[in-house]
Amino acid sequence: MADIDLRALWVTLRLAAMTVVVLLIVGTPLAWWLAHTRSRFRPILEAVVALPIVLPPTVLGFYILVALGPYGPLGRLMNFTLAFTFTGLVIASVFYSMPFVIQPLQGAFEAAGKAPLEAAWSLRASKLDAFLTVISPIALRGYLSAVVLGFAHTMGEFGVVLMVGGSIPGQTKVLSTTIYDHVETMEFAQAHAISAFMLVFSFLVLLGVYVANRRFPIHVS
Amino acid sequence: MSRLIARFDVDYPSFHLSVSLDVPTSGITVLFGPSGSGKTTLLRCLAGLERACDGFMQFGNDVWQDEAKGLCLPLHARPIGYVFQEPRLFPHYSVHSNLLYGYKRIPVEERRISIEQVVIILGIGHLLDRRIHKLSGGEQQRVAIGRALLTSPKLLLMDEPLTSLDIQRKQEILPFIQRLHEELHIPVIYVSHAISEILQLADRVVILKQGKLVGAGSLNEVLTCLEYRRSFGSLRVGAVLDARVASHEPQYGLTQLEFKGQFLFVPLQPVAIGQPVRVHILSSDVSLVVGRTNSPTSVLNILEATILEIREMDQSSVDVLLDIGAPLVASITRKSLANLGLKPDQLVFAHIKAVALNEELTE
Repeated sequence: MADIDLRALWVTLRLAAMTVVVLLIVGTPLAWWLAHTRSRFRPILEAVVALPIVLPPTVLGFYILVALGPYGPLGRLMNFTLAFTFTGLVIASVFYSMPFVIQPLQGAFEAAGKAPLEAAWSLRASKLDAFLTVISPIALRGYLSAVVLGFAHTMGEFGVVLMVGGSIPGQTKVLSTTIYDHVETMEFAQAHAISAFMLVFSFLVLLGVYVANRRFPIHVS
Repeated sequence: MSRLIARFDVDYPSFHLSVSLDVPTSGITVLFGPSGSGKTTLLRCLAGLERACDGFMQFGNDVWQDEAKGLCLPLHARPIGYVFQEPRLFPHYSVHSNLLYGYKRIPVEERRISIEQVVIILGIGHLLDRRIHKLSGGEQQRVAIGRALLTSPKLLLMDEPLTSLDIQRKQEILPFIQRLHEELHIPVIYVSHAISEILQLADRVVILKQGKLVGAGSLNEVLTCLEYRRSFGSLRVGAVLDARVASHEPQYGLTQLEFKGQFLFVPLQPVAIGQPVRVHILSSDVSLVVGRTNSPTSVLNILEATILEIREMDQSSVDVLLDIGAPLVASITRKSLANLGLKPDQLVFAHIKAVALNEELTE
């Protein structure tokens, strides 16, 4: 791989990792709320979370670009822009990959139910303690799915990156946009190399998850 | 005497709970009632798992909830042990780690109950290294009881802990529950709709119906109260007596029990003289005789009784509440009532055809 491709790989991996970390921190309480609330607003929020699945990435990217750009609320108030920066890209990716993290977590929390939580409370565990020592291990599979899907989905994003990040080498140029650039300039060999790498990588990650699920099943009676 | 005082008023879409409770903080109090009567909801209110907007709860001198002052301790801040209907063990821990979960979370100086004690009382020593999903239902429930006990609770709440088990497993666990209350002196509030569990465990019964408290009292008071008797379904218990073994007559295969100066014969019991036993008598096994007849009878258990109250139960039968030093109910036909001309304050003799000990009771 050429130097420019390696830098794109590094940006891609950093972006995916950052996005997953942010989503786990933000997504855990949100998924928990969605799993247990009886609020009337729940379906509205669920629909918003699921939007990126059906929305063209360019639409999402467009709105984020407007919001983060120099004429968005951020730009007007504080006179700075996150458009075409790595941070802007992370923010965009968080929205873009949100359903792939929230939905597995929400499902896992719903499956775990409140029963083990109440049992933990009755054994003197505070709410945070009970969540960390009882619910999160029971929901481990959900977390595994969330991490893998969130990571893989962020690695594969293209439209949003193009809209929000542009294609600045070392900052916002990721593997998917690099492939596009190579094809545009008729460098099919490089495009082949990166595409094959992403194919094999994605396959191996998913394979790893399924093997782990089978080898170390979590017993929930 | 220390008491548990609670008032809850909770509205649910299809159900309203409105209960005021005042019971001593000792012994086993059974919350009894048909399903949907609010027993579990009341128990969850006591634990702080359901919150009544104007609720109040005081245990001894400690106020755990007083909504007038905006106070409601969460469950983890209350010294309560809770045993749920299902064992709710943590599947990712071993039996040993499950037992230690609460134990590790209480201050060392509050640990009154040791792991060794719990393991012996519940007979779970051989299970400690097992994984949860390898245990039977009865074993799981025993571990769940042990786990709750190891928080050295001041109050143990049990929500029909035996419903998911078959009769054999129930009989395996019931003695443990009796022992933990006798040996560890933890007051228990026990939700049940099974009369056999009540007869074996209860010191005191609180009857609930459609979210309201309809009666409360000691076990025998409640069982022999003619007004409450319909609540107990088809098994008509005439009395539950806490008696003592007075003597054995092995040549006849009999044991004589004594309570309040009266004597009862039961089949020979492997219990030492002076030891307490709880017996119960079905009201249909009691017949009444006016005056002491000279003709001999094969009935061994004949007790002097005074009639306190008579109440019609249905077209053909009446319940007669008697005083034999303790309350005893006899179910007789209306025709017999008329033939004998029975009325309150009259002296009669109660012939008791059978006396059962707890172990023999099935539903």
